[in-house]
Amino acid sequence: MMAVHLPYEHKYLRHKKKFPHVWCPGCGIGILMGSIIRAIIDLDWKKDDVVVSSGIGCTSRMPVYLDFNTLHTTHGRALAFSTGVKLANPTLKVITVMGDGDALAIGGNHIIHTARRNMDMTAIVVNNNNYGMTGGQFSPTTPEGARTSTTPYGMMEPNFDVCDLMSGAGATFVARGTVYHVMELDRIFKRAMEKKGFSVVEVLSPCPTSFGRANNQADPVDMMESLRDDTVTVKQATKMKQQDLEGKILRGIFRDVDVPEYLDRYEELCQRARERLEMNQ
Amino acid sequence: MKTDPAGVLTGTHYFDGDWACGEGAMAAGCRFVAGYPITPSTEVVERISGRFPTMGGTFIQMEDELGSMAAVVGAAWTGTKCMTVTSGPGFSLMMENIGLGAMMETPCVVVNVQRGGPSTGLPTMTGQADIMQARWGSHGDYELISLSPQSPQEAFDLVIEAFNLSELYRVPVMFMMDECVGHMTEKVIIPPAEEIEIVQRKLSDKSPEEYLPYDFEGKEIPEIIRAGDGYRFHTTGLTHDKRGYPVMSAECQEFNVRHLVDKIRQNADDIVRYDEEQIDGADVVVIAYGITARVTRMAIDMAREKGVKVGFMRLIVVWPFPEKRIRELAGNVKGFVVPEINYGQVVLEVERCAAGKSTTVGVPHGGGGVHDPEVILEAIMGAAQ
Repeated sequence: MMAVHLPYEHKYLRHKKKFPHVWCPGCGIGILMGSIIRAIIDLDWKKDDVVVSSGIGCTSRMPVYLDFNTLHTTHGRALAFSTGVKLANPTLKVITVMGDGDALAIGGNHIIHTARRNMDMTAIVVNNNNYGMTGGQFSPTTPEGARTSTTPYGMMEPNFDVCDLMSGAGATFVARGTVYHVMELDRIFKRAMEKKGFSVVEVLSPCPTSFGRANNQADPVDMMESLRDDTVTVKQATKMKQQDLEGKILRGIFRDVDVPEYLDRYEELCQRARERLEMNQ
Repeated sequence: MKTDPAGVLTGTHYFDGDWACGEGAMAAGCRFVAGYPITPSTEVVERISGRFPTMGGTFIQMEDELGSMAAVVGAAWTGTKCMTVTSGPGFSLMMENIGLGAMMETPCVVVNVQRGGPSTGLPTMTGQADIMQARWGSHGDYELISLSPQSPQEAFDLVIEAFNLSELYRVPVMFMMDECVGHMTEKVIIPPAEEIEIVQRKLSDKSPEEYLPYDFEGKEIPEIIRAGDGYRFHTTGLTHDKRGYPVMSAECQEFNVRHLVDKIRQNADDIVRYDEEQIDGADVVVIAYGITARVTRMAIDMAREKGVKVGFMRLIVVWPFPEKRIRELAGNVKGFVVPEINYGQVVLEVERCAAGKSTTVGVPHGGGGVHDPEVILEAIMGAAQ
């Protein structure tokens, strides 16, 4: 059982300066922002050491509310900014928050190469199945057949599985949670953040205003119940029959491997370079 | 202040402009470079990738130029001096995050070893057609600083100045080489570290409670801090107030963007830099920059042999533009001649400042080579009539 820290989250917010926030009623981003804070509290990270960067979109508005070092950058590029921050000061704890369009469409190239490099950072991909901020256009995670403002006849393209994509690209920790399963999400975030290496967490989060309304789920409670009913944990799935798993989305940790980390490798490279220089002198 | 000797390769060398630029960056205290391979700039990062690991610097080859520029802006907020290096097509891709660097008021240096364009153009051959893009290539209003070296020695000396200006004014500085200077090999003298003057951004000594990241009066440059020092700042590409927090209003836009423009325009007298030769009593003044300045010298010698009074103005800082000086000269000279390796970019600024008081003659060249001095001579003779 994890300790409950409810009163403490507020100490990690710029609550007197930046609230009320921009998110719609029923949006899940605030819930997972609480999870991020609780994970940081549990890890006992100092606020001054934490950098949160983001791109553009609903999720990417998150850093301004958080009392850390926060960078709100350009659409899709947040992980590249984070890479610069972490490399230039490896003592900082770097978390990148992005939406599904931000991370996987315009930022697709950055996220796969960040995964390949394996730098000690955490990326959080908030998947609400569409571009919420711009009015609910389809994203690379919009399910086939779903209606969005740019797929009025239903989504024609296949979608990405974020966790498969990240595992394939070499991320050393890959997990999925939902904003319905908050305690589980707290634990997943903590595991991801303490992982030495590049960790990615996909978080399923409802967007009733844009995606829900277009798909007969305008009621936020319906969307939350879908997260409850349509997902099963990796552990539960092992005990289920194949036909019962049809249409279910898995939650939990899909990959957790130990691979030499980028900054450690770079330090080794520097050591070799210095030795060679001394030999030549 | 004096620079860190770890990055200074004191001695007399035989370097091309790309290597000299890389050495200059290291001598200036640059310790973070992100780049993506592109001809004819690649030798800069090749040099740095070999040297950085021995001096505590970090080089990363990113997945593209968007990422390179992003990493540079991110790293700059840790207090590190940062640079990226590219050529035309990559420069276009960097524009988005150059704009963010301008908006966040981030000190950094962007090297563009120019080649012929547009598009893929002439990857291995020279050009100067990105000079206007260096000024306003990203969307929205802002002002930056651009410098143009004419030799490998100056690539070394001037890139140090580029870092100094970026630290002083909190802007991305565009270091506009051209392929000729980048690939030309000449003697480069690197002085001892104690002779290299550098500017290091002044970190705010205000308490975190008092500090505001975008607090300034008039043309002042706001004080900077770095991640990890307890300030827990917010910075954003959105229009922002003194605290760095987004405010969506015309008033805040005026506060924010007016400052980005004014901090360069109102400090232009301190930033502008050019060389002048035999301007007094000249009938014609030739204005050139980069490799074209060197070709121009031969044309000027030829014109003087023919008895024409020709002065020479070499732009070292191209942006901000030396408006004041050209306005002074206008009316006192018959004409300005502006050779450049493009179809007319800086010439338009000269013409604007000449304001009809002197004629302005461009000498365009499409790129892939330098001007024939005879062509510049012809323009000088025409302007002298």
